[in-house]
Amino acid sequence: MKKTYNIDNKGYYGEFGGAYIPEMLYPNVEELRQNYLNIMAETSFQDEFDQLLKDYVGRPSPLYFAKRLSEKHNTKVYLKREDLNHTGAHKVNNTIGQILMAKRLGKTRIIAETGAGQHGVATATVCALMGMECIVYMGEIDIARQAPNVARMKMLGAEVRPALSGSKTLKDATNEAIRDWINNPVKTHYIIGSAIGPHPYPDMVTRFQSIISKEIKWQLNKKEGRENPDFVVACIGGGSNAAGTYYHFIDDEDVGIIAIEAAGKGIQSGESAATSVLGKEGIIHGCKTLLMQTSDGQITEPYSISAGLDYPGVGPLHSHLYTSGRAEFFSATDDEAMAAGLELTQLEGIIPAIESSHALAIFSHKTFKPDDIVVISLSGRGDKDLQNYIDYFNL
Amino acid sequence: MNRINKKLQEAKKLLSIYFTAGYPNLNDTVSILQRLEKSGVDMVEIGLPFSDPLADGPTIQASSTEALKHGMTTKTLFNQLKDIRKTVSIPLLIMGYFNPILQYGVDAFCQECQNIGIDGLIIPDLPVNVYNEHYRKTFEKYGLVNVFLITPQTSEERIRFIDSVSNGFIYMVSSASTTGAKTGFGQEQTAYFKRIANMNLNHPQIVGFGISNQETFCQATQNAKGAIIGSAFIRFLDNNNIDDIKTFINSIRNA
Ligand SMILES: Cc1ncc(COP(=O)(O)O)c(C=O)c1O
Repeated sequence: MKKTYNIDNKGYYGEFGGAYIPEMLYPNVEELRQNYLNIMAETSFQDEFDQLLKDYVGRPSPLYFAKRLSEKHNTKVYLKREDLNHTGAHKVNNTIGQILMAKRLGKTRIIAETGAGQHGVATATVCALMGMECIVYMGEIDIARQAPNVARMKMLGAEVRPALSGSKTLKDATNEAIRDWINNPVKTHYIIGSAIGPHPYPDMVTRFQSIISKEIKWQLNKKEGRENPDFVVACIGGGSNAAGTYYHFIDDEDVGIIAIEAAGKGIQSGESAATSVLGKEGIIHGCKTLLMQTSDGQITEPYSISAGLDYPGVGPLHSHLYTSGRAEFFSATDDEAMAAGLELTQLEGIIPAIESSHALAIFSHKTFKPDDIVVISLSGRGDKDLQNYIDYFNL
Repeated sequence: MNRINKKLQEAKKLLSIYFTAGYPNLNDTVSILQRLEKSGVDMVEIGLPFSDPLADGPTIQASSTEALKHGMTTKTLFNQLKDIRKTVSIPLLIMGYFNPILQYGVDAFCQECQNIGIDGLIIPDLPVNVYNEHYRKTFEKYGLVNVFLITPQTSEERIRFIDSVSNGFIYMVSSASTTGAKTGFGQEQTAYFKRIANMNLNHPQIVGFGISNQETFCQATQNAKGAIIGSAFIRFLDNNNIDDIKTFINSIRNA
């Protein structure tokens, strides 16, 4: 049998994954585990999912040959344009899938966590679309930092609840969402925003995001006469855009997999989110994975200029890709990412989300051959980050 | 026989107290334990604080954050407890989340518990199947009781499985909630307590979450072996001196 890096039948990627959850969550998570694959396999589910991705999200997202960026870096660069999706990022692929899942499970109330607000907006959007109650937990500090997205969620009819515990950012918003689910175990579905959390979440989110690499295959075939690029590149917060970008290439070892984490102000600065370097195996949000923690097992606060990469762990798939050596991991500092974002803007007329700018910073870390085909996940657009760019570049 | 199992054989209803180690002050742990025993408490859960306590409500979250700020660590707690059996003889459990225990090393952690005289562990995010497959032998090697939670949503089949893996008591979570959430029990809870009592499980049940005073203690123990008070005790410590612990315990037991 061919070696696979995918999830096993117990919910683990190698030694990572599983469901380390309090008993209070067991019935919900177990219900989802028992049903998610069957529901996703239903023709009616697939039809509805595909239709919404096409007519509502605007898929397929283009695979764009970035000519001037390619010339600059002396290689062939394609950008997978998730930034052109409705709501401006890849996040909506997952929220469409999960809201359809929630409906089929008979749930009427949706909860979500959000950091920068992108996943919160994508969740509030599909809840408006389906007429479902929506509560988004967001760290008190992030609410202040991301005012436009808070306003969007409210306009979409969601209630934004501040997470007041711990460090009042994404990790704490996730804790609060999990606590809400403990307190509302029957009619509520929790739409997790990345490839994290207890099994089956990482696998379910990955499957919903896998549309990204599915499209890359046929799009590249049309343009280059081959389905497989030499490299796929994505930034990693929790790892959902990366998981979707890698998915159909994971077991094809001739495709190089490249992950970029946020180094913040530098890996050794104490203000970083480079989990693969700084993390150790442990349990976070119900999942065994690499995470940043003290020697005593307390989870530490990450830092990145990009709120979407500001998470102290990575999804279990990525921990496995890293420790098995299947993927190459790099980390880009705030400065490298901002420079790469500006470069794309000025060479191609595309302002990327700062998260995606981290993926574009690969060129500060790795040199490709002139005839290499490098596909980079442009996970989101930069509108939400304008203030950050303005402040950083004194525009 | 483990102190917990001996205690469970006593005829009376058991009052168990949870507090977060390192709170209100870093070095209160031993003094609190001594005062709890003197006040007639039957058993204590010592909370090992964690940065991200998923199953806890605001009171225990806040006490954990404070305790960590004070510098509480697993090693510090073990140091504080190293002579505890010279002055305290009631059963003691450590209640904590799995990650700090995993980082300490599960074997080393359990061994240290045995050395000190800790009788049992409650680890809410260590699921029963993972425990059974990977850690049960280690816990049993060091003579530790491991306590699992059940909730109103737990299926009968799963309760029976949990009962079969248990070796002390079953922690019956009073309602679908995080710690400290409820004010009083309704018919729904009473029916649930009765339903579980009627299952005639091999291990006695002790009710936790939402018990705050004499009334809720009595309601909970009508159909169970005992009850655990956590958040309400921590709120008491917020506003009172640890020398007054007896006042709190008396308000539950006697009055
Ligand atoms: C545009 C964009 N890219 C990437 C991410 C990081 O998340 P993930 O690693 O799950 O793709 C985010 C998260 O908010 C985002 O908004």
